Amino acid sequence: MTPPEPEDNDILRAENIVKRFGALTALDGVTLHLRKGEVLGLIGDNGAGKSTLIKIITGYHRPDSGTLSIEGQDVQLKSVSQARGLGIETVFQDLALVNELSVFHNMFLNSEVTFKPLPFLNNREMKKRTRKYLEDMGVKIQSIDVEVAQLSGGQRQAIAVARSVYSDAKILLLDEPLAAMGAKEGAMILDLVQRLKEKREVSIILIAHNYAQVLEVCDRVNLLQHGKIAYDEKASSTSIEELTELVVAEYRKARETA
Amino acid sequence: MAKQATDEISTADRVDAGGPRTDGVARLATALWRRREASIALVAILLLLYFQSSNDAFLSQGNIRGLAQSGYATAIIACGLVMLLICGEIDLSVGSVMGFAPIIVYLADQEFVFPIAVVVALLVTSLVGLLNGVITVYLRVPSFVTTLGTLFLLTGLNVTLTDGFPKPAPEESGLTRILGGGAFSGIAWALIIVVLMHLLLTRTRWGLHTFAVGGNLVGASEAGVRVNRVKIGNFMLCSALGGFAGIMEAIRINSVDPLAGGPNVMFLAVSAAVIGGTALAGGAGTIIGAFFGTAVLAILRNGFTLQGVSANTFNIILGISILVAMTLNVYVGRLRRSGKT
Ligand SMILES: Nc1ncnc2c1ncn2[C@@H]1O[C@H](COP(=O)(O)OP(=O)(O)OP(=O)(O)O)[C@@H](O)[C@H]1O
Ligand SMILES: [Mg+2]
Repeated sequence: MTPPEPEDNDILRAENIVKRFGALTALDGVTLHLRKGEVLGLIGDNGAGKSTLIKIITGYHRPDSGTLSIEGQDVQLKSVSQARGLGIETVFQDLALVNELSVFHNMFLNSEVTFKPLPFLNNREMKKRTRKYLEDMGVKIQSIDVEVAQLSGGQRQAIAVARSVYSDAKILLLDEPLAAMGAKEGAMILDLVQRLKEKREVSIILIAHNYAQVLEVCDRVNLLQHGKIAYDEKASSTSIEELTELVVAEYRKARETA
Repeated sequence: MAKQATDEISTADRVDAGGPRTDGVARLATALWRRREASIALVAILLLLYFQSSNDAFLSQGNIRGLAQSGYATAIIACGLVMLLICGEIDLSVGSVMGFAPIIVYLADQEFVFPIAVVVALLVTSLVGLLNGVITVYLRVPSFVTTLGTLFLLTGLNVTLTDGFPKPAPEESGLTRILGGGAFSGIAWALIIVVLMHLLLTRTRWGLHTFAVGGNLVGASEAGVRVNRVKIGNFMLCSALGGFAGIMEAIRINSVDPLAGGPNVMFLAVSAAVIGGTALAGGAGTIIGAFFGTAVLAILRNGFTLQGVSANTFNIILGISILVAMTLNVYVGRLRRSGKT
């Protein structure tokens, strides 16, 4: 596939990203553009490299080659905190929660509220905001003082999502935020994405394996295959069947050659 | 087999299906875990009462002084070790740093005035921590191995730098009186450090990040926590505290002894931390608990000495109490993970 043309309103451009882990080439020249205010669905098989791409955009991994630019400015991300400083927030597939810490401390992990200029934690404020966020999202949790180890998978995911969504991000990267969600909670998160999208203040990359969910909220879909973007289409001009076929055809071809 | 099954089932199931005995034990263990500092403090008080009832001299002024002097250095070192253990590391060299610091003071004292010499020694000991941290974090050598190396390195260096002979302690001055002049200045410093370290651990971002790094290293770094900085910082803190304790100890015993400190005090401090509820695997621990853990160990040793029990017997008792504490740690930890509040 020919790489997409840059557009003026791209908020994020990843060009020719290559990432190797030892002998394995996880990303082999990925070019992906995210437009301002859009929701981009990123799909692909297990192990296709979706999470790796996210971790590069968020400063966790450094690419072996290729460039990243944000609002037209080339950036070399050296750390996650640098990316967060630029307005990039991420829900990692593994959620990045600390079991031993309370819900509200996880909610503010690395963006803790302190009694400035004193270095002491303002727990009361963090609890207040945590309660508000969760209420806003419609998430029910027994108590925000419990350690997250005691929460269900879906509740944990909700906290990870809330943490990123309520942080005034410009770019939101959601790596399978719906995986552990029940139908109702999943709909709630999708609803939240929909609401964010209507405001058009944040641009989102959403990774999901459920194509119905992808098509429900995304403006555009990219398919990651063999370390490259193999398909790029408006959500309105594709279908679940087409996306499924693209992925499965690939599998059939692989089985025939094997 | 049956026990394992109870561990596996959820809280709700346990309340419904669990027999009253299992439930009671679990609840007691949980209460002990949650009030870990309280339970270890209780043990310390019970021991005090026991030894006082068996020997009137136990709470005499002289003996209390002895208790304070034998325990304060361990208490200070335990603070640094708790930070390191919580973020998933250990420092075996801190006892040797304790011997190293006053030697640096002695050497620097020949060039500078005493207060500067103390600052120099604290900086140099922080550098030892930096070395431990950098090797552990960037070269990915387990800290157990790294600090075992610096332990031997410093043990040798301490003897070499002094030609194996004790050196005179710093001359008495205002600062030496503050650091170790009074009979209780050691324990007073220990209490100040315990309070400060407790605040650092529980009330600041640094403390929270220390827990985060030990609890979920990958997750913490995904959240942007500078995990390497946290670890290295805690290595430096631990070494500096060890150095500080060592300088005070040299002033107290009025000699710079090349054999001061060493693995013994370090292991005592680790034991104190563990008895006080700090998890060796990281992610959990308290400064206050380690302080009471130190108190328990000091009381045990002192009390048994008064009763004429030999050092060997004391070691047997120490060993048993560590085993019991560790087992409790693991057992209650498992209960907690299985979902008990
Ligand atoms: N830290 C790492 N070290 C070595 N290999 C890695 C690492 N992270 C990812 N990989 C490899 O890179 C490839 C891409 O992994 P990645 O997690 O990006 O896939 P994914 O598309 O997110 O898959 P999934 O849908 O299962 O989440 C896989 O083959 C994986 O084994
Ligand atoms: Mg993934």
